[in-house]
Amino acid sequence: MNSFLAVFKRELKSYFTTPLAYVFLVIFLFFSGYLTFKEGFYEMRQADMSAFFMNLPLLFVFMVPSTAMRLWAEERKVGSIELLFTLPITITQAVLGKFFAAWLFLVIALALTFPMVITVCYLGEPDIGLIITGYLGSFLMAGGFLAIGCFFSAVSKNQVISFVLSVVACAVLVFAGMPTTLSYVSTFLPAGLVSAIENMSFQTHFESIQRGVLKFEDLSYFILLIIGWIAACSIVLDERKAR
Amino acid sequence: MIEVKELRRSFGPVVAVDGISFSVEKGQVLGLLGPNGAGKSTAMRMLACFLRPDSGTATILGYDILKNPIEVRRSIGYLAENVPAYNEMTVGSFLNFVCDTRQIKGKERKQALDRIVPKCSIDSVYHQTIETLSKGYKRRVGLAQALIHDPDVLILDEPTDGLDPNQKHEVRKLINKMAKDKCIIISTHILEEVEAVCSRTIIIAKGRILVDSTPGQLKEKYQCGLDAVFRRITRNGKK
Repeated sequence: MNSFLAVFKRELKSYFTTPLAYVFLVIFLFFSGYLTFKEGFYEMRQADMSAFFMNLPLLFVFMVPSTAMRLWAEERKVGSIELLFTLPITITQAVLGKFFAAWLFLVIALALTFPMVITVCYLGEPDIGLIITGYLGSFLMAGGFLAIGCFFSAVSKNQVISFVLSVVACAVLVFAGMPTTLSYVSTFLPAGLVSAIENMSFQTHFESIQRGVLKFEDLSYFILLIIGWIAACSIVLDERKAR
Repeated sequence: MIEVKELRRSFGPVVAVDGISFSVEKGQVLGLLGPNGAGKSTAMRMLACFLRPDSGTATILGYDILKNPIEVRRSIGYLAENVPAYNEMTVGSFLNFVCDTRQIKGKERKQALDRIVPKCSIDSVYHQTIETLSKGYKRRVGLAQALIHDPDVLILDEPTDGLDPNQKHEVRKLINKMAKDKCIIISTHILEEVEAVCSRTIIIAKGRILVDSTPGQLKEKYQCGLDAVFRRITRNGKK
């Protein structure tokens, strides 16, 4: 087993050996259900999951940084980072091992929303393709948020600071694409810049995937975002691991 | 086996290690002595490839700490000062994780665990989580993870700190037993430990090497115990 897999396995196990995973899953599942029904799931009288996916970015803004905040901040605070980086593990292997373990954990959380799919299928005949792309978009968005959280976790030893910084960064990237924000900035910014802001946002690309169209630009947005923040995380970590 | 050349590292305006050079051969147990803040741990952290030196370098078993850090880490056993570990893990799962990272698999892993667990006397706490262990047991678990791959080079930062007298005796016996086939560097504040296990002593203060000798020669030269030698050298700050 190479070092990446060793870190990945240890990290994933650690979620379930502490109450963290269970607390997270219960809160996530409760709010994802609550927000869906509050948004008028029945009143829409449509057998689709748009009410569910619509609220995910907002939920992720808080939930994903809460998963990511401990990734490196805790290692640095407890000092276990000294053990980790005196074992034959490269920084890239460690960062990727932790990132993918946390990502898989979020995928498990998303997979546990399956009763929603069953409900929709029971009530009508939904477009399964739309549900699949909706989940794919959510999976990529979780990865993007996680990469940002991972970076801020490496920036500070303090988990609360990491959490707050990640929430702010994620919120900016979500709200930049909201219609209200865009209509406001279009009053004083040229159309080119407004479009640039729109394209920088999670919301725009997530909605696009959720509509059932898998465009190269949307996929590459998420993939580049993840690679960029993960690379930044590795650089910061290499610089600050011993401080 | 270890060749240190002009190793230097500072933290902001504070120079922690100021151009130290020494070499250690197989069969030697080098005791790194010095007052608090002398730079012992920083030097060890650089040798274990956790900290990057500002200048200078070192080679361990022919691998350069700057050019081949992974090879260096693979071939050494390192016990850090505060014995970092994953507190939520059990001792068994922690040692298995270390085996995973060191690519110790199958039969080889079973043999390694069967050898190291009784050697470090951690059989009774094998299924306990690390956070519930006493300081002494934590240190023994740290020692087990440093020895699990039977490395040729050992770097141990205060290996007996927090252990009771029986455990101290056991660890010293263990170090003496391993001494002839390995190259060992230990840092300590306990001077009786130097006499018990070290074949050579380096005293450092303010990041510089003040003395490089054997405990016997030091006592002979200064005509007093190691305690007094240590005080005299580190207070004067010169050889």
